[in-house]
Amino acid sequence: MTTTSGKSRLTPHLARLEAESIGIIREVAASFRKPVMLYSIGKDSGVMVHLALKAFAPGKPPFPLMHIDTTWKFREMISFRDAMAKQVGMELLVHTNPEGIARGINPIDSGSALHTQVMKTEALKQALDKWGFDAAFGGARRDEEKSRAKERIFSFRGPGHTWDPRAQRPELWNLFNTRIRDGESIRVFPLSNWTEYDVWDYVLAEDIPVVPLYFAKPRPVVKRAGTWIMVDDDRLPLNPGEMPEMRMVRFRTLGCYPLSGAVESTAATLPEIIAEMRAAKTSERQGRLIDTDEEASMEKKKREGYF
Amino acid sequence: MDGARKLLRFLTCGSVDDGKSTLIGRLLYDSQLIFEDTLATLAKDSRKHGTTGEEIDLALLVDGLEAERQQGITIDVAYRFFATPRRSFIVADTPGHEQYTRNMATGASSASLAVILIDARKGVLTQTRRHSYICSLMGIRDIVVAVNKIDLVGFDEDVFDRIVGDYATFAAGLGFRSIVPIPLSARFGDNVTTRSGNTPWYHGPSLVEHLETVDVGQDLSARPFRFPVQWVNRPNLDFRGFAGTVAAGRIAPGDQVVVAASGKSSRVARIVTADGDLAAAEAGQAVTLTLEDEVDVARGDVLSTAADRPQVADQFAGHLLWMDEEAMLPGRSYMMRIGNVWTPCSVTSIRHRVDVNTLEEHAARRLSLNEIGFCNFSAGQQVPLDPYADNRATGAFILVDRFTNRTAGAGMVAFPLRRASNIHHEHFTVDKSARAALLGNAPLVLWFTGLSGSGKSTIANIAEQALHRAGRPTYTLDGDNVRHGLCRDLGFTAEDRVENIRRVGEVAKLFVDAGMIVLCSFISPFRAERRMVRDLLGPGEFVEVFVDTTIEACMARDPKGLYAKAQAGQIKNFTGIDSPYESPEAPELRIGTEGRTPAECAEEILVALRARGIAC
Repeated sequence: MTTTSGKSRLTPHLARLEAESIGIIREVAASFRKPVMLYSIGKDSGVMVHLALKAFAPGKPPFPLMHIDTTWKFREMISFRDAMAKQVGMELLVHTNPEGIARGINPIDSGSALHTQVMKTEALKQALDKWGFDAAFGGARRDEEKSRAKERIFSFRGPGHTWDPRAQRPELWNLFNTRIRDGESIRVFPLSNWTEYDVWDYVLAEDIPVVPLYFAKPRPVVKRAGTWIMVDDDRLPLNPGEMPEMRMVRFRTLGCYPLSGAVESTAATLPEIIAEMRAAKTSERQGRLIDTDEEASMEKKKREGYF
Repeated sequence: MDGARKLLRFLTCGSVDDGKSTLIGRLLYDSQLIFEDTLATLAKDSRKHGTTGEEIDLALLVDGLEAERQQGITIDVAYRFFATPRRSFIVADTPGHEQYTRNMATGASSASLAVILIDARKGVLTQTRRHSYICSLMGIRDIVVAVNKIDLVGFDEDVFDRIVGDYATFAAGLGFRSIVPIPLSARFGDNVTTRSGNTPWYHGPSLVEHLETVDVGQDLSARPFRFPVQWVNRPNLDFRGFAGTVAAGRIAPGDQVVVAASGKSSRVARIVTADGDLAAAEAGQAVTLTLEDEVDVARGDVLSTAADRPQVADQFAGHLLWMDEEAMLPGRSYMMRIGNVWTPCSVTSIRHRVDVNTLEEHAARRLSLNEIGFCNFSAGQQVPLDPYADNRATGAFILVDRFTNRTAGAGMVAFPLRRASNIHHEHFTVDKSARAALLGNAPLVLWFTGLSGSGKSTIANIAEQALHRAGRPTYTLDGDNVRHGLCRDLGFTAEDRVENIRRVGEVAKLFVDAGMIVLCSFISPFRAERRMVRDLLGPGEFVEVFVDTTIEACMARDPKGLYAKAQAGQIKNFTGIDSPYESPEAPELRIGTEGRTPAECAEEILVALRARGIAC
């Protein structure tokens, strides 16, 4: 993992997005007692951490990173995460829902909905409560999904981390309402106004390290529900007659490996990824099996406390 | 990528049937930002919720919340992103109904251009006026009048011309810099991305062509320098930098800067960023400044040029859009955020309310949800500010409810009020502590709150007698008594109750300043006003005594026969009957009265005072 000096010139568009995000990140540090930055290891998280480092230079960001580990992430994600934290010199907290482990919850037998509920949503709430965080950064973008398009940059969560779309605070100018009471919290989305294109353009311009899984490479995969699932370890049960085959694939989004669909691709460099994305005909979330469970499922998950 | 690609933020406004969601769906669709899987979902949704029969309903691309899809309307502001080779865009899709005026204003606050949709069949309507006024109020200067559904009037040039003429007449007073009318059909795409063969008489640009090329540059970089300090960066003893985003103007190392509030000045030493020091920074850049001198600067301060500084005031006039279900009452204390400062703030008077449909000005005593008023404001401290028309970043503010923390109001500074800059507090040598020492007293306010007939005055009377016997200087302010004099002009509406308590609070403060123990017996039904009085006084000087008697017990006692009259409808706005009482959440003392004598209740208060070191 290497980083260059980052002296590249940004387009006016990216420079504006960068400045807006830096302003948001500083605002949280200035306004909250105990913030934390959720780190999901993906490209958006990588950009968010990069922006945080820029926001407080020459100092370090005055908050830790936190990863909610479902134990089903790609192995390459975990090794990347640990190397990244060491390199940027920020504290990294990792939390796994112990009750979920005890109950044997997993994405294969429990189904994606229950797995996500217990190992992501509940685990996140446990972690926020455990360390008493009153503000949590997430890398979500408004262009990802319909209910996200109406999300605030500073998103108020009531006691129990609940989100009520009808009780969202109006957000005018950049005068964020950072006032909360005990037991309440704020989720903050510094990348709200970024698109998937912007993220990749910025990764390229700023030379931000990303997990190698984004780049095409021959990987062992099986075809499931019309998408390629990578056999990342021996926990993935194979159906009768099913044989992993080596395919040139890459991932547009990363999550739990049994739930993350790969696309066949030959894009092995950042410029090739960007070129492929511009020609793409499907949205990036299409590879995520958790969103198609039911109509408006993201809104439902968010009401329950999902990021 | 085109290196010069600039971002344009705009909003669309129109009512339910004007087709604004369809237009945005069309823009996304035509700029090929709709992916195959999204389209598949859309086809499924169109059959379920759509309003276009067998065709794909483009509006469903943007109406994302379940309630919106079920009702077929847009409730909340949605932000959408699309790009052409020439420009990238953020669209705020805002609802048009009058009950969603606040959402429209939210979308407008970050936009520099508005696309106002007009249904070609209906022409300029009340809602068109409302949308245009709000855009004008929020500082938008460039307007596109999208005459939509032109297909439904047979692409008739006369219809278009008549609507354009009507609009120009009406909008003349709104201060727009440009008004560009375009005939279009969002549903079929006429004049959206390319000029349509159906309107050969129209020679202007398509909507997208116009959006790609329009110059909305307000050129904030050419304005006087403003730098609201957001965060003081002190990673070690050798570095002290002021982080923030340049709100206006340009700055370079060596330039002189002034701290607006204190007037202290210094020069910029460095402009620090993670990518190295900069030779200059201008509006929109997030940077960290270091100064040549050790100057006291904190979050909330504004650095400016010495020659052209922001005003510094604690009283000012401006427009206020009310966004909360609970009405704004003059005198009530809210938390104001302006720039990076949070301070208590109240409206001292409503100069007039603006009817958003007719633009007429009316007298008003309160502002309800979605109402707009031109008001005088009083803030808890001197704050740097500019007129909103000069700079949104230093002239915009929000008001937040102190109890619910809801964002309740959006304000725009018009001008500071002179009284703030010319009236200064006189400092006298004999002060509160000197007077209290002479009287041998620890001054404070015992604030009795509770329902009518709960026993406030009776208990206060007994407590005062005991204090008096013990040689403590006291004074009583009683709800009924002040209404014969100080507050004889006030009634019992919510507005008047707020003003009543404000006056009493100020008087109580004077008595505390004189060194006395003040016993105040007021129903004081609203938490906000009790909080306001608490804030007027020093720490520990406000003792809230909640005389906690149930409404049933008060009605059974009914010492003045008031409950009987209220229930008979002879008294309006009676607390507990047709006017609310908000119980204290954390009073210093909660006195239950039922099954106890008033003397026992008073003794409980005296015990608490003794615990505070007051001999009685």
